[in-house]
Amino acid sequence: MESVGIAKKTWAFLPVGFFSRSIGKKLVVAVTGVVLLGFVTGHMVGNLQVFIGQEAINRYAAFLQGLGELLWLIRAFMAATLILHVWFAIQLKLENWAARPKRYEHNATVQATLSSRTMIWTGLLIGAFAAYHLLHFTFMSLHPEYKTLEDHLGQHDVYSMVILGFKNPAISIFYIIMMFTLAYHLSHSVQSMFQTLGLNNDQYDGGLRRLALAVAGILFVGYTAIPAAALLDILKLPAGVK
Amino acid sequence: MMNLKLKVWRQKNAQDKGKIVDYNAKNVSPDMSFLEMLDIVNEELILKGQEPIVFDHDCREGICGMCSQTINGIPHGPERGTTVCQLHMRHFKDGDTIFIEPWRARAFPVMKDLIVDRSALDKIIQAGGFVSVDTGGCPDANSLPIAKDDAEDAMDAAACIGCGACVAACKNASAMLFVSAKVGHFAKLPQGKIERERRVQAMVKAMDDAGFGNCTNYYECEAVCPKEISVRFIALMNREYLRTINHLGRKKGAGGF
Repeated sequence: MESVGIAKKTWAFLPVGFFSRSIGKKLVVAVTGVVLLGFVTGHMVGNLQVFIGQEAINRYAAFLQGLGELLWLIRAFMAATLILHVWFAIQLKLENWAARPKRYEHNATVQATLSSRTMIWTGLLIGAFAAYHLLHFTFMSLHPEYKTLEDHLGQHDVYSMVILGFKNPAISIFYIIMMFTLAYHLSHSVQSMFQTLGLNNDQYDGGLRRLALAVAGILFVGYTAIPAAALLDILKLPAGVK
Repeated sequence: MMNLKLKVWRQKNAQDKGKIVDYNAKNVSPDMSFLEMLDIVNEELILKGQEPIVFDHDCREGICGMCSQTINGIPHGPERGTTVCQLHMRHFKDGDTIFIEPWRARAFPVMKDLIVDRSALDKIIQAGGFVSVDTGGCPDANSLPIAKDDAEDAMDAAACIGCGACVAACKNASAMLFVSAKVGHFAKLPQGKIERERRVQAMVKAMDDAGFGNCTNYYECEAVCPKEISVRFIALMNREYLRTINHLGRKKGAGGF
């Protein structure tokens, strides 16, 4: 009988098999999510140096640029991580939609949070925002005039660029909304990644939910502090920059 | 006594498109179970010469896992930790409108009205929900030492009656709570531990092949489970699946864990 198969069936497999199963794909999303969370945390801490002053943030930016080939290696790694995260998440989502071709006439939700039910949309929004953000501040294609900003040490004046960018209320508010989207995404994903990686039990569960909210809150406040401070004139342009 | 408006999914057979049909349930006692209420409606339909509403049921005491109705969008209805047969009409108000639909999932095709084919769950059990060797009769107490916590966890998982409400409630129609209860039940016991890697692989494969969705941690399953099985079993199953990474790249039939 086929059912005796547990002993006979193939259980040896290549990693391809491991990652082609539902749980394998979820693991990819969770692990890449951990890396991306690490990135957004580091990026926020780095950016907060804008509050130390013009010299600090410009030196930090010059240090990153000075990494040269290493910087591109890091960028390639982050891009690959992001692509894997999005690719597997979309694949899972399409399978999930296909798993219920006929929906209920009367739909109800008992305890699933709105953040958990909007992950694909908040995720795609953040992806689109990341593309805009790179063109805005990293490659400066949207504002070529930012490239010529220099401080008295001859370094690229990231400090003035950030304040100039965020002096525009439309851009600042847009950034703040997108950071809320990111925080909303993380409020589900931080606890979700622990669950998917198997690091959850009855003792941890409540704590993980609070941790997720705390991580989301800290990132939101940390990131939005910069555009908010520029809008409220707490961060001021150095003399001579317009 | 109360009067209710029912909106029931009627479908002649697996090929039929099916639709919602309205019925009035009159003189319903609050002491009736939900299924008894449907029995009354059906008796009336039979007297009128109409086809009664077809639904699955068996023990009517909340332990067999046969009843399977989504009531106002919630599998087994609004009460936590109960099957439809143990849901009583006192939880509804006079004049309420109640939607009654079958489980909805690609892996659970509707056969007729409220009856779905749940053999996909049997296939998952056949893939690995057992111990391959004869473990003998009931052993003497404590002859096989099992930690109290493990015995309790295994018992919690074994409470699963395989009704499929977790699938019906999941917005992804995922069967992971069901599969994790089976995987968890065996993984916690010495008889089951020997085959744990092969079991989780085989059962997850059978689950995927049946066309169930993937868990995205909504936890709707846990909320509707009549046996209140915790989603922490899904975390346990994920751990069991991760364990199999030790065997990556081993050749078929190489043997030995």
